[in-house]
Formats: sequence, structure tokens, C-alpha cells
Amino acid sequence: MFRFSRIHSALSSKRFASTLVVVEHKNGKIASSTLNAITAAGRAVAKEVASVAGVAKVVAVSDAAFDHGAAEAFAPLVAATVAAGQFSHVVAAASAFGKNFVPRTAALLDVSPISDVIEVKSEDTFVRPIYAGACLALFYHCQYPPPPHGKRDRHCKSSDKVKLLTVRSSAFAPAATTGGSATTEAGPKVEIKNSSEWISEEIVKSDRPELGSAKIVISGGRGLKNGDNFKMLYDLADKVGGAVGASRAAVDAGFVNNDLQIGQTGKIVAPQLYVAVGISGAIQHLAGMKDSKVIVSINKDPEAPIFQVSDFGLVGDLFKIIPELTEKIKK
Amino acid sequence: MKVLVPIKRVVDYGALFVHSLSNADPVLAHNTTHNTTTAVKIRVVNGKVDTGSVKHSMNPFCEIAVEQAIRLKEAKAATSVSAVSIGSSKAHEVLRTALAMGADSALHVDVGEAEALPLHRTLTLSRQKVAKCLKAVVDKEKPDLVILGKQAIDDDANQTGQMLAGLLGWPQATFASKVEVSADKKKITVVREIDGGLETVVVNTPAIITTDLRLNEPRYATLPNIMKAKKKPLEKLTPKDLGVNFVGKLETISVAEPPKRSGGVKVETVDELIAKLKEKGVIA
Repeated sequence: MFRFSRIHSALSSKRFASTLVVVEHKNGKIASSTLNAITAAGRAVAKEVASVAGVAKVVAVSDAAFDHGAAEAFAPLVAATVAAGQFSHVVAAASAFGKNFVPRTAALLDVSPISDVIEVKSEDTFVRPIYAGACLALFYHCQYPPPPHGKRDRHCKSSDKVKLLTVRSSAFAPAATTGGSATTEAGPKVEIKNSSEWISEEIVKSDRPELGSAKIVISGGRGLKNGDNFKMLYDLADKVGGAVGASRAAVDAGFVNNDLQIGQTGKIVAPQLYVAVGISGAIQHLAGMKDSKVIVSINKDPEAPIFQVSDFGLVGDLFKIIPELTEKIKK
Repeated sequence: MKVLVPIKRVVDYGALFVHSLSNADPVLAHNTTHNTTTAVKIRVVNGKVDTGSVKHSMNPFCEIAVEQAIRLKEAKAATSVSAVSIGSSKAHEVLRTALAMGADSALHVDVGEAEALPLHRTLTLSRQKVAKCLKAVVDKEKPDLVILGKQAIDDDANQTGQMLAGLLGWPQATFASKVEVSADKKKITVVREIDGGLETVVVNTPAIITTDLRLNEPRYATLPNIMKAKKKPLEKLTPKDLGVNFVGKLETISVAEPPKRSGGVKVETVDELIAKLKEKGVIA
């Protein structure tokens, strides 16, 4: 069963924008990334709203078709919900779930979706990274031809009646889980063409905090040499209550599972502390972690590019340094 | 079973590297030759991305898609593989690469230079337009399966396959790391990379699949195959031929370089590192 939330917020310009946030959840728990999406939605509906608007309404839809987040089921449902509810924005987290169904929904509504939003400038202007985060692009919805930049006249409202966004979780603070008082209503009934079937999943079980929301991330690369050596990183992570990540090289070499991959095409994290161990620092990896508050690199190559973005670098043999760090660092 | 593979010409993966490819992944470094000391960096000039002086090649995820299609043909699951690229006149280069890898035919939808300029200040070739173009190509070619890369490494959108599936009303299996076609070619089992692990789904053909990195390792185009590819059919069309109306709804206002992180300090010992981290307040 999946749920939608609807966020209302009065605009000072007497317009009324409303945002549909598609909630991702599993085993009865809301995915933390959705809380970040709710924060982004609060900004999308009104730049005048200083504090995040709470959830005004929950549209609950319960059907076995939605059990596993299939885009073939979600896209028509969200499109129908948008049609029924007159939403101006649809927001979902840029998770595997969000990336999968949002563009399909956009095609059904004939609008251009915007991926991986990191900043909401106004209700039709969004910032997102491109080229593995090497550049930031600013997008803006408008009818063709666009007005000269800086001269938006009011007749040139978006030709997209609804803006579909996925938002980067690490760029928005999570919304508070208490304090809201939303009403719940049933969602629209949609007919779902059964053209795909969910068979099974292999979810990696872990007691460690989730990568996306961990305060500390210890990440290993090719320098770890093999999967067994990752145990050192797990020990360090456990000592400080952190999560373990990996570079693509480490995943491709089979050291760890793909769900740990951090980078342009993996997970994007922005913890308080990111420790890169045996990672050279290709830009594709940096794309996934360069917004961390403090970056520490441990690498034997003093020329490794990772040192260029690190607050603290330690040149040396990780096989000596990591056990020593694990021993000396406080819980 | 006919397979269609849409591919994109993008700034070379190596150009995104900070300095060298010595530690880079062989899969993506393949088919390219990089200067290992000074890779060209993407630059932003006057609010636009400057890609003029940068080497271009086939998007890495598209290479994986082409490889997968050819493997299906080799396994007798597919009868033919055609590649399609929508872009400037230079897009034919990547189509020739796909033909050299083993695709049977190619289709180039030429949109002219201005349209194809990535992230130009005017309207650009958005995924929405690409998806509509591809839908027209699918209507024309009638494939049973379309395999795309999960994202292009220039715009990082991760949208086209899903949008095409939505436009066609076909099932989609995104972020595939394993693909198996049933004996009767009616069903395709796909293992998908999802947050937290893997998921297995079955889609009925016709279907859309988008590739993840771990689906396969693309082959090199050998010299004899590159020569042979020159004789393979490469059809050229315009969006007008396909009856696609390009009305843009997204404008890129500007492109800027992200805030730079200033390089920090090198510490000499673990004790010093711990002291610095305490100072910063990120550890107790």
C-alpha cells in the first residue's frame, strides 16, 4: 500500500498552489527520503513560506498492484490523482522508486519532468546538477518562446500545468515527523494494465544506519584490495555508528554489493563526516559525496585527486591507519 | 524479436575525470583513448556548458545497451538490432560505433546543431522531445524490445526510457543488471538494481529496458568490424519526417559551476586527524 500526501500553502500572490508528494514506504515504514521531499515541496509551493508547510491531506490508495512500487501502476494512479486534485506540483524523492515512476507519469501528463532537484528557487525555477555535478543548471518552465531572462511577465506562466520533480534527499532537511494534522481521503480508482509482474527481491540486511541518512559514512575503494578487507571499514563504522559506502571500482570488483555504491550513478550522500579510504576520487565518485560537511581521505598516493576536495588528508597505508583509527576513535 | 537501441553522443566519460584514468574502470574507459595526465575538464562559459574542445563518444550506458542487444541476437533471442540516435549531424559517429559493435542497421534523426547543443540557453533537446521522437521511430520500426541506457552522463536525467514506456503504454524494467528472454520471446525476466539490493521482475513484450552498469561489459569494435560497419545501412531523417512537433516547455536559464571546496590540510598522524575532527565537532 502506498500513500500520497498533499500539501497546501497559501501564496501571497493570492494564487493557490498545491503539491502532491508521493510517499515511498516499505514494510509499514516511511522512507526517510520522502521526508526530505516534503521539505522540498514546502519550498516549491511558496518562496514566501519561511517554514515548511505541513501535510494538509493524505490520499490513501490501497491495492495489491502498488505493493512493489511498479511504475506501470503508479504512473496512471498519480496522473489520475493530479487530474482529480488540480495539483501544481508532484514531488518524489530521487530514489530508485522515484526515478522509475516519475518520468513515466510525466509522459502520461505530457510534461517535462525535472530530475534530482537540489534547490527550489520559485515555483517554476529549479536547480539541478548536470555532468556528474561538474555544473549546476537552472531550469525554468515556460511557454515557448521564453521571455528575456529577468523579465517574466505574468502571462507567461508555465505551459506545463503541473511540474513533476524528483528531489535529491541530501539537499533538503527532513520534515518533522510530528506536528502535522492531515485529513485522509481515498484516492481515485484507476485501471492498471498488468504487463509486468514482480517476482522477488534480495534486500541486503544491515543493522547499520541507512547510507542516505547516516551522519558518518566510511567509504572504501579499490585500495581495499578485496571484500574481506572491508571488514576493517565495518569495524570503524560500527565504532562511530556510521554507514559503509563504496566506490564503483569496489562494487565492480565484487568487494561489496551494488547498493553501497556512492557516486553519479549510485547513491548521493551528504553526511557530517565522509571518510574516503583507498578511493582516488574520480569526478563520478565526487558527484556522490562532495556536499559532505567534512571530508577525510586516507590514501597512499599523495597525488590522488580526492585530496583536492578533502578537509583532512592522511597519506599512508590504509591497512595500518584504519585499525589505528578504529582503536583510538571514541564511540 | 526486433530490438531497437537508442544511443546518445555525449562528452566523453574521461573528460569528466579530475586527472587521470589510471584507476578508472576498464568498462567505461573502453573504446576511448585518454590523455592520462591532463583530461579536459568541462567548463562553464557565459552560463553555458562549453563542450566544444572536449572529446565526445557514445554514452557508457548506451554502450551497455548495444552490447546487451547484440548478446540477445547472438543467443538467437533477437532477430535484428537497430540503433537510433537523435542529435546533431555528428551523432552518426556513435551510430557507426554501434554498427561496428554488431548492430545491423542505424537510424539518425538529425535535429540540427542549435537544437542539439546541450543545455544551450535557448530551448534544448529535452528528454520529452527525445521520447516523442523515439515513439515515432518505434511506430515506424515496430520493435518488440527497446533497450536504452539508464541515464546520459551529460544531463544525468534518467528519464527517456521511462517516458518512452509511458508514451507507448509498454511495461518498463529500469536499471537492469540481468536480462533473460523466455523461449517463446513473450516474456523477459529482468533483475533490477534498487535501493537496498536487487529486485526481479518479468515484463511481457513489447517492453522497455534500461541498463545499469553491471549488466555486461561492452565489447571493443575491432578494425575489420569498423570497416564492415561502413557498408551497413544508416538512414537519415529529421523530426519533421517523423511528424514530431517540438514545443519546448523547459528553458535552461543558466549553467554555473558549483561552489568549489577549498583543498584542506594534510595531517601526519591518526592522532592529529582525530584532534582535527573533534575540533570540527564531527566526532565526539
